[in-house]
Amino acid sequence: MTDMQKLYLLVPLAPLAGAILAGLFGRLIGRTGAHIVTILGVAVAFVASVVIYQDVAAGNTFNGTVYTWLQSGGINFEVGFLIDSLTVMMMLVVTFVSLMVHIYTIGYMAEDPGYQRFFSYISLFTFSMLMLVMANNFMQLFFGWEAVGLVSYLLIGFWYERPTAIYANMKAFLVNRVGDFGFLLGIGLIVAYAGSLDYVEVFAKADALAGAEMAYTGWPLLTAICICLFIGAMGKSAQVPLHVWLPDSMEGPTPISALIHAATMVTAGIFMVARMSPLFELSDTALSFVLVIGATTALFMGFLGIVQNDIKRVVAYSTLSQLGYMTVALGVSAYSAAVFHLMTHAFFKALLFLGAGSVIIGMHHDQDMRNMGGLRKYMPITWITSLLGSLALIGFPFFSGFYSKDSIIEAVHASTIPGAGYALFCVLLGVFITAFYSFRMYFLVFHGEERFGKAHEHHEHHGDHDDEEPSADHHHGLAPGQKPHESPWVVTLPLILLAIPSVVIGYLTIEPMLFGDWFKDVIFVGDNHVGLRELAANFHGPVAMALHGLQTAPFWLALAGVALSWFFYMKRPDIPAAIQRTFKPIHALLENKYFFDRFNEIFFAGGSLLLGKGLWKGGDRGLIDGVIINGSARLVGWVAQISRLFQSGYIYQYAFTMIIGVFILLTFWFNRG
Amino acid sequence: MTDIPFLSLAIWVPIIGGLLVLATGSDRNAPLARMLALAVAIAGFAVTIPLYTGFDPGTSAMQFQELSSWVPRFNINYHLGVDGISVLFVLLNAFITIIVVVAGWQVIQDKVGQYMAAFLIMSGLMNGIFSALDGVLFYVFFEASLIPLYLIIGVWGGPNRVYAAIKFFLYTLFGSLLMLIALLYLFMESGGSFSILDWHQVPLAIQPQILVFLAFLIAFGVKVPMWPVHTWLPDAHVEAPTGGSVVLAAIALKLGAYGFLRFSLPIVPDAAQQLAPYVIALSLIAVIYIGFVALVQTDMKKLVAYSSIAHMGFVTLGFFMFNTLGIEGALIQMISHGFVSGAMFLCIGVLYDRMHSREIADYGGVVHRMPKFATFFMLFAMANAGLPGTSGFVGEFMVVLGAVEYNFWIAFAAATTIIVGAAYTLWMYKRVVFGKVTNPHVAELEDINGREFAFLLVLALCVLGMGLYPFPFAEVMHASVDELLRHVAVSKL
Repeated sequence: MTDMQKLYLLVPLAPLAGAILAGLFGRLIGRTGAHIVTILGVAVAFVASVVIYQDVAAGNTFNGTVYTWLQSGGINFEVGFLIDSLTVMMMLVVTFVSLMVHIYTIGYMAEDPGYQRFFSYISLFTFSMLMLVMANNFMQLFFGWEAVGLVSYLLIGFWYERPTAIYANMKAFLVNRVGDFGFLLGIGLIVAYAGSLDYVEVFAKADALAGAEMAYTGWPLLTAICICLFIGAMGKSAQVPLHVWLPDSMEGPTPISALIHAATMVTAGIFMVARMSPLFELSDTALSFVLVIGATTALFMGFLGIVQNDIKRVVAYSTLSQLGYMTVALGVSAYSAAVFHLMTHAFFKALLFLGAGSVIIGMHHDQDMRNMGGLRKYMPITWITSLLGSLALIGFPFFSGFYSKDSIIEAVHASTIPGAGYALFCVLLGVFITAFYSFRMYFLVFHGEERFGKAHEHHEHHGDHDDEEPSADHHHGLAPGQKPHESPWVVTLPLILLAIPSVVIGYLTIEPMLFGDWFKDVIFVGDNHVGLRELAANFHGPVAMALHGLQTAPFWLALAGVALSWFFYMKRPDIPAAIQRTFKPIHALLENKYFFDRFNEIFFAGGSLLLGKGLWKGGDRGLIDGVIINGSARLVGWVAQISRLFQSGYIYQYAFTMIIGVFILLTFWFNRG
Repeated sequence: MTDIPFLSLAIWVPIIGGLLVLATGSDRNAPLARMLALAVAIAGFAVTIPLYTGFDPGTSAMQFQELSSWVPRFNINYHLGVDGISVLFVLLNAFITIIVVVAGWQVIQDKVGQYMAAFLIMSGLMNGIFSALDGVLFYVFFEASLIPLYLIIGVWGGPNRVYAAIKFFLYTLFGSLLMLIALLYLFMESGGSFSILDWHQVPLAIQPQILVFLAFLIAFGVKVPMWPVHTWLPDAHVEAPTGGSVVLAAIALKLGAYGFLRFSLPIVPDAAQQLAPYVIALSLIAVIYIGFVALVQTDMKKLVAYSSIAHMGFVTLGFFMFNTLGIEGALIQMISHGFVSGAMFLCIGVLYDRMHSREIADYGGVVHRMPKFATFFMLFAMANAGLPGTSGFVGEFMVVLGAVEYNFWIAFAAATTIIVGAAYTLWMYKRVVFGKVTNPHVAELEDINGREFAFLLVLALCVLGMGLYPFPFAEVMHASVDELLRHVAVSKL
């Protein structure tokens, strides 16, 4: 094993060691010990990732096996690493955001009794996510895929005494399993038809797969594979209609909302599709499917962000919408733009979540924005960093989000794939919506009238999530007269460290990532797809792009969104209420999140229970046990009783029976002739 | 090969040891009975270890063979041997016996010697089933193993134990009588041999093949159990003491599945091929139908019992697709199920010992009082739901991959288990372990003691170890499974 290979191993194993130490020996090493070992583990992983990055930048990639997990049926199931430019970028993002979240957690979870357990989980998550992105084969990918799902489940339900949290975590796991169902079948098809789990080997057979048909169905094989795999991505990356778990996942502590449900885990689906670009490129049907799902998510989840009053839920819906943007980019073959947006989004969304968490600390665990206002005076660092994050999110020129989002919009514009028109409409309107709800949140929280500290005036009606939000017992809020306060340095330091890349990372990396050759050997774009080629032809450096951005529609749409939210929430707060009254049906539709949850509860959950009861009571108990088993027992008893009648012991009965028997036999005998 | 008859030791050490335990007499000697039983169980496991270490994975031939005449008049032999298909079950069985003895340590206070003896004797008999190469010998072990299990349920079981025990006994007896007829028929067709290996080579016309297949299907299907002859299992589990449930789930259910590979497939391959679609249909019904039934159970043991049936559906599905991934996956699934379902029943036993209730509704918030237990239970629940990294994933994954190769729609149907299986397992876990404490009895629960910790830890290591590195488990199977598939592909007509 070379030194570099040892380093590859170190990256996932260091967080794993931290997780095991903090998890199993948490009581022994104490709270301080737990955060030291886990932070150390993640820091080692980050530093190692930086070294690997430099190595990859120098042109060294790696594809090899760590150990053979299983051999069966001529298939090698292996655990192995593929280290290339895409992997190393993900490794950097994951370990950096994870490190920030680890530090932040010291402040956020300071008073929680489950301190060590929390650190153990987030380190375990980091390990799982790294195994996912570093995989060189489908089995390990699935392995990491499910492992991050497990940790997400554990963390959403971290406060296990809350009914909403343990409902949300089960929902998250099960909805993800629906996605995994498709994912598993996709992997099955790959194994059955390509005979390998190894990425490189499968990609080498992509053309053969594209020409093949599926047995029994006659479907084009590669399209089926890609759609199955993408169903997995829809679960993990929360695309409509498998998005329903993500808003509820906000029941988990805020640091994991930032790490798992914004920056890293939910982008696994995007990463996966980008990794599979040699397959997806060969199926236009699959790409169109991806595009339409992504566009729908981008726009319609954005709408829901408008009506949320819980600060975390606004950010959650914005995450859904941004994931939609990334998916759209995949659909138009702009894989590198999707991954680029994944990276910029990881920084600014983690920043926004951690900022929201800082606000929540300042507000003593009140998450309702209607109880906030004017916080900029009390929480200056949180205020400034949140503003920077919001500007990045809405795609303000020169900010990181501008470069990634504008590239996506331009790529959609250039695309000719079916569905591109609809997608362009969605992503453009989405820009306006994003700006509107982002600055609605920003103004409600940091500007305007100070609405906190007014006891008993807490809004009782928590907008949506009617029955699912009795986490009100955790909404302590500020006592009358109490003022919010800025959070400690362990909280604000990560905010600052995340704000820096949120502002500059796009400017610095757009050229190599989108138009240079950073992803040259990793991401494959077919000649029949435009991808980013047209954009590249018109690219004259990041400054020119930003200046040009000032004259384009997205910029003005974003500006309009900000202006409108300022007008609605700063100038004339009576207008939103009036609109709400006037357009009641639309508002009800949004409040109920398009009734997805209710439909799932009644149709899928209720239906399954009904079916189960029917099969159990009707099938097992009624038919099998009732009629057949106990029935045959009764039959035996019945026959026995009847035969007992014949054995009465009275000669005359025997004689009579004999006569009847002879009579019957004779009748048959005569009739026969 | 050595001359030490390890298979005979694996069979007779527990049986003779069990008789010795029985000889300790009344409960005044209970401590002695326990210690002796543990010693016997460990010795019984120790003698099986050379079966693995000395196993040659390169050959599909029977290994560690022992052959001596038993009833020369009918050419019945005491013929033992293991191949890659059976060897792991001998080890699993001997291993689980230790766990069961330890698990019954304090819980059983009544007729301790008899209880321990019943388990030890059963363990020996089941090793006999897995290693018998003579039809009559197999049948004798197969039937004899019913008796201890019947007694375990009937004597140490719950309030409705007599109904459950009789249901169990009659169901399985009915099946085995048909098997006896099939065995006698094969004896005559083979020109007077009871050797199972001879039967593998006997040519048979399709008509008798189908009849023999059906006889075996009923006999083994009841044991597995396959839908629709499964209804004895939930009753038996609910009434059985914890140890009984563990052995039932971990080992007894494997006997039927093993029978398919040792008898049905190689002896009547044409019938097996012809009727495979029906068996696959029954397996899929088991996976889906039973999954939904498990979802609505209110009794924890019943829920896990139903989940066992669904998991065994995966096993029979894997067998009858006739590809390597399917069969090896099914075998792996059987071993994993031994660990996981055994552990699930032990976890329920831990709760039952404290609360004397199996009703899910009586629990809630157990994690507040029993964090260590909750951690173990979570691991096993996740294994039951087939999470990668646990043993529960390996077999399911392989069978689904094999199924896609066979027919996409079968894989589609089977893969629904990753949703439904997660739903019933996690929903139960949520209602039992998470949430606020509502029942005052839960508020007084004490976390697992050292003994409970020990056996759960050992099983946890097995579940994780097999999940992270299943290679050695599959390695011993390859040669035998390949040979079986080659054999099945050749028509006997």
